[in-house]
Amino acid sequence: MSDRTVGLPRWIYVPAVLGAAFVLLPLVAIVAKVDWTHFGSLITSQASRDAFVLSLKTSAISTGLCVVFGVPMALVLARRDFPGLAVIRSLVLLPLVLPPVVGGLALLYTFGRRGLLGSTLDAAGIQIAFTTIAVVLAQTFVALPFMVVSLEGALRTGGQRYEVAAASLGARPTTVFRRITLPLVVPGLISGAVLAFARSLGEFGATITFAGSLQGRTRTLPLEIYLQRETDPDAAVALALVLVVVAVLVIGLAGQGRGTR
Amino acid sequence: MSLQFSARVDHRDVDIAFEVATGETLAVLGPNGSGKSTALAITAGLLIPDRGKIVLDGRVLTDAGPATSRVAVAPHARRTALLGQEPLLFPHLSALENVAFGPRSHGTRRSEARRIAQRWLDEVGVGDLAARRPSQLSGGQAQRVAVARALAADPGLLLLDEPMAALDIAVLPALRHTLRRVLADRTVVLVTHDPLDALLLADRVVVLEAGRVIESGISGEVLKRPRSTFVARLAGLNLLDGTWRGDHVETSRGDRITGMVDGDAPASGTPVVAAFRPSSVSVFREPVHGSPRNSFQVRISELEPHADLLRVRAGDLAADVTLVAAADLELETGQRVTFSVKATEVAIYLL
Repeated sequence: MSDRTVGLPRWIYVPAVLGAAFVLLPLVAIVAKVDWTHFGSLITSQASRDAFVLSLKTSAISTGLCVVFGVPMALVLARRDFPGLAVIRSLVLLPLVLPPVVGGLALLYTFGRRGLLGSTLDAAGIQIAFTTIAVVLAQTFVALPFMVVSLEGALRTGGQRYEVAAASLGARPTTVFRRITLPLVVPGLISGAVLAFARSLGEFGATITFAGSLQGRTRTLPLEIYLQRETDPDAAVALALVLVVVAVLVIGLAGQGRGTR
Repeated sequence: MSLQFSARVDHRDVDIAFEVATGETLAVLGPNGSGKSTALAITAGLLIPDRGKIVLDGRVLTDAGPATSRVAVAPHARRTALLGQEPLLFPHLSALENVAFGPRSHGTRRSEARRIAQRWLDEVGVGDLAARRPSQLSGGQAQRVAVARALAADPGLLLLDEPMAALDIAVLPALRHTLRRVLADRTVVLVTHDPLDALLLADRVVVLEAGRVIESGISGEVLKRPRSTFVARLAGLNLLDGTWRGDHVETSRGDRITGMVDGDAPASGTPVVAAFRPSSVSVFREPVHGSPRNSFQVRISELEPHADLLRVRAGDLAADVTLVAAADLELETGQRVTFSVKATEVAIYLL
């Protein structure tokens, strides 16, 4: 069985196919460029493994932070109405459109040694800039809006009817949040988390500006690829393919998360 | 007095006051936009009125106004369970867990909450569906689970907002019977636009129009002898009290009515009410005979034009005839005519 919908104009396939080719061709090009005989050794070198592990670890932590802070942010944005809310929403979502390098600079002037909070932290013996913590903060900064946007949409679509019903049955706000609100937005939460993880994994600009590029400490996979491009293009291509595979897996997961909504 | 309600909401032009005694069911009747749902939302704590005071069992739930110190108990702390048109069962929980939600929220242990939930599911006749997800229930079954869920929360006041409006007509009589059973002895506010629900489920009724109470009293009296044209039009039903005599109704003034019994057949001698629409009544100048028809010899008391129809009133009874038919019959006030209605058009309810 197949549904027949209203027909599309035939010419629309031309730009559609061109657009798809534009996205897919570079992927084909990179796969074609891979040096398959040395692929194994290229992606298992010490530098590669360090970068890969660091990327996974920091992306996982920043995704966790996005959940911890993004869920409450999305709830306030979706469920409350007060003057200035629209402005706050725009500002909170700013990292979506901000060049990551600018984000990195902003973070540096906040947490850097002579930054807004950094000088106080420095006095307390805490240094953030150019550490693994800085990598996590940079990733969280750019990924948080993805979580907030995704969840806020899910919360608004779901509406508040079930929460009202739960409250009328005597459930306190915390019980309503734990037993009704959260379970009902799990699909939105999953796709938000997957997007945040993907964005963290690909983070480059803010990381190199705010965290630098120290092997095993702040040099994540994208940084390693950029570096290797100069010295060992084959290694760069191999690592790039690894990132592509991870990204494809992540998109597949996100699609599933959406499918169950 | 169990519930004392008075509230004013200026921008909706609503100014309503009523009281509900402990164990009493009050029906709130009125057209869309008359303030019915506003009154429920205020009672449930979802809306704070500009002025007003809501007291349940001596406990002030809402006290609003410029001079008074404001009290607004949170919705979850009011013990007022709300059940609307849609069952709104939590989709990620089984029927049993849905019903157990109220007791669990009040701190009852899981196993005990499940026992309570199963008992309420049995009570409303869906005990065998406990393990089902809401998506696996029909509309009528889901609404029964929702009734069980509201009752399991052990509310001091049950708020019902047109609980049967969204249901298939075929499941209404059975659900109405269940509601009658479980609502007895409970304090309930039932918002409805169906006069039959008001008659069968409620002890008293208040009628709202444009944000004001225009009529109130014992359900049967208000609906059978409406003082406002609104109730007369809204009710739009002929309602005749009587006693069930095994296969027919004997009315207080001696008429014999046959009809379709709603639900299980009542025992002989029980009080019942026969209901039929004015549009199913035919008017004749001469007495008519024929077994499937009920006929009443009446004297026309009033003729009321309604768009392209003429409503012929004769005391408690009303018939709708077309203007053409009215002209043919040369109807006029004071005239003796016969009202006739088929037995299949008459519904008989237990009072």
